[in-house]
Amino acid sequence: MSTPNLAPALSAEQLEQNFADIAPPLTPDAAILEAAKCLYCYDAPCTIACPTHIDVPAFIKKIATGNLRGSARVILDANPMGHSCARACPVEVMCEGACVLNDRDEQPIKIALLQRHATDHALEHALRLFEPGPPNGRHVAIVGAGPAGLSCAQDLARWGYAVTVFDAKEWPGGLNTYGIAEYKLRPGTALAEVQMVMDLGVKIRSGVTVGQHVPFEDLEREYDAVFVGVGLGATRRLGIPGEDLSGVHEALEFIEHLKTHPYAETRVGRHVAVIGAGNTAIDAVTQAKRLGAERATIVYRRGRDDMPAFDYEYELAKSDGCEFRFHTAPKRIVGTEHVTGIECVRTEPGDPGPDGRRHPVEVPDSTHVIECDMVIKALGQVAREDVARTAGLRLEKDRMISTKPGVFVGGDCANGGAEIVNAAAEGKRAAAAIRKYLTETGH
Amino acid sequence: MADLRVDFAGIESPNPFWLASGPPTNTYDQVARAFDVGWGGAVWKTIGEPVMNVFSRYGSVDVGVTRMMGFNNIELISDRPVEDNLKEIAAVKRNYPNHALVVSLMVDSKREAWHDIVRRTEDTGADGLELNFGCPHGMSERGMGSAVGQVPDYTCQITEWAKEVATTPVIVKLTPNVTDITYIARAAVKGGADALSLINTINSIVGVDLDTFAPLPSVDGKSSHGGYCGPAVKPIALHLVSAVARDPAVKVPISGIGGISTWRDAAEFVALGAGTVQVCTAVMHYGFRIVEDLIDGLQNWMDEKGHRTLDDVCGRAVPNVVSWRTSISTITWWPTSIRRSAFSVSCAGSPAKMERIKLFDGSIGTRSVPGLQSWRSSKRPAWAAISAPPCVPCRDASRWSKCPTTTPR
Repeated sequence: MSTPNLAPALSAEQLEQNFADIAPPLTPDAAILEAAKCLYCYDAPCTIACPTHIDVPAFIKKIATGNLRGSARVILDANPMGHSCARACPVEVMCEGACVLNDRDEQPIKIALLQRHATDHALEHALRLFEPGPPNGRHVAIVGAGPAGLSCAQDLARWGYAVTVFDAKEWPGGLNTYGIAEYKLRPGTALAEVQMVMDLGVKIRSGVTVGQHVPFEDLEREYDAVFVGVGLGATRRLGIPGEDLSGVHEALEFIEHLKTHPYAETRVGRHVAVIGAGNTAIDAVTQAKRLGAERATIVYRRGRDDMPAFDYEYELAKSDGCEFRFHTAPKRIVGTEHVTGIECVRTEPGDPGPDGRRHPVEVPDSTHVIECDMVIKALGQVAREDVARTAGLRLEKDRMISTKPGVFVGGDCANGGAEIVNAAAEGKRAAAAIRKYLTETGH
Repeated sequence: MADLRVDFAGIESPNPFWLASGPPTNTYDQVARAFDVGWGGAVWKTIGEPVMNVFSRYGSVDVGVTRMMGFNNIELISDRPVEDNLKEIAAVKRNYPNHALVVSLMVDSKREAWHDIVRRTEDTGADGLELNFGCPHGMSERGMGSAVGQVPDYTCQITEWAKEVATTPVIVKLTPNVTDITYIARAAVKGGADALSLINTINSIVGVDLDTFAPLPSVDGKSSHGGYCGPAVKPIALHLVSAVARDPAVKVPISGIGGISTWRDAAEFVALGAGTVQVCTAVMHYGFRIVEDLIDGLQNWMDEKGHRTLDDVCGRAVPNVVSWRTSISTITWWPTSIRRSAFSVSCAGSPAKMERIKLFDGSIGTRSVPGLQSWRSSKRPAWAAISAPPCVPCRDASRWSKCPTTTPR
């Protein structure tokens, strides 16, 4: 991450403080008080809102009765990624957003913090909440040790399948380990959650790229079924001049570098510009600011209402002192060798596109340059065409589809990119489908 | 994993969690659903005569932000004919042979009436009978319910009548609306009760409407005292269960009832001597599904503490319930005489065992002569405190004035 105009490095203490838990855990007393507020709805909307349908009232009630082990079990049974979800789920638009107390003009139950409280207990005490099923002699290969693959693996192992997970990265966990904002979830925590799945006898082969180190055909031949949960690929290109200048980075690579090195080793420019306004863009801009950037600016060609980032992420970025340049479309990255700015034009909202969002129309003679020392691209990721090709799977509208018997897909590669909890839910559904398939085909 | 199975007075149950006789056990559908979600047993809502309905019938006591801390009802026994109930009881037992099904009974205080209802009920295949001697309202005014349970002789008599024909275990349900519940408990045991269950609800009025001066719950402006239950009554129930469990004359199993909402509540009742627990209000408040955490929480706690079965827990707290006199840990004794090289304290009463004496300055005094009442120390104590249990209360009033324990500091 070399850049000629670096922001001054912050002290180790300051960095540690900047990347501390954004939502500190509840104290035991606070957890019981909060749990006691839950109305224990019968037809609980929070449970319906959660893609993995965690029985939220049940796990909250168990916190209230002091049965933390049982509480963690309810959560991790429904969602093996229940701890990372408690830290990183956009609960405002999921369970907490659905809480009936919202309708009474009250604060919703702090479901995420309660879920964290219960799963913290499980991780801290390394509880063995589940046991592997008696071996049934069948083997399943999983490609990708992210939330989808691990969730699939947990259920299969509990049913007695021998599960081997192949993962290209050094550490398992996928984006939980490498891609969640550091102040929400640290790699060590993500790996502790992975360990709970490995405790069921799930084997993880890290550093193995399927299609490169192991041919996909070998998996199909040697295993009774294969689950593909490889996630998405590289960040989408801007397609404008100057994109390859020094000082232009991909958001996920930037976040990964930050998360896998001592904080002081990730240096940022004095003024960092982030292109895009999704949740990853927010993660990038806030973390750039927390690393010491004097200015951190989001550059987005549409307006605030069309921004994909959640409202609370927007609020977080603003409270971190980040700036937003809405209705601003990048046309060229400026610089000779190293980036010195982004040439942009103003836009205004035009007609609505097929997704309902209004198309940005360029305003004539509005070209201007935003000076910056570092550019982070956060434009979403492209589909893994390489995996689709090597595995013989179809891509429809960038979503991976399997038409092969015995090959199943799920997670970001199948849904185009969503939350951890969506990937977990799909991994579990895939596990159920694999069991059904192997039972029905008599494998 | 801890084994929660119980054998309660010969009634086998997959776990100690029974639905108490009440609104949730009035029909086949309710009891079947309860068994489906994990309840180990159920005591069918009291059947008998007369069949009446009341409305409105429930009152709630909300304290601060806590809803339904206490709950009361003025409803009566089953509002459906005995025959309908017996048919459904038989169907439940047929479809759920491994669950405990007990039927609560209440009829006129006549020998033939009790013989008749016991025989007809046992024809259903039910596992046991619970005699409702506790209902505090409505029925008591007709000479039934707590009108029986408040008089030891009646309790004994009707228990005997039921036992004359019963072939299944007979549980007598006790009312808390008495001065000393152990008298009633002993009478039931004397009458042949195989087990006791307690407590029934407590006489109560939950409130008054200050606009209409109608007591609550109001039925067209009037009300009656109703049975109080819910979390608020748990401390009373725990005390009464422990009182019965400690009574040497009562050597039958106890089913604990009163304000049980969580596995902790249940464990506390078991620790104070209950073999099974019965739940009603919490089920009315939260639904049958609460049994999942009752079982899960109790099992996790037992696993964590290394208790393998409920027998490992049952009654464990009973010996620790002592009378106030002996539970106080230190008693202050004043030095009564000073000798040349030692200070001694003595009791003019009749102390039982005196084990050691801790002096005010922290030193431990020595016992002068075993069995005698005086203690000596080489240091001059301001006062001496003696570890429990130091003495038994003197019955001889003439000694009180001399006993240092009664000397005001």
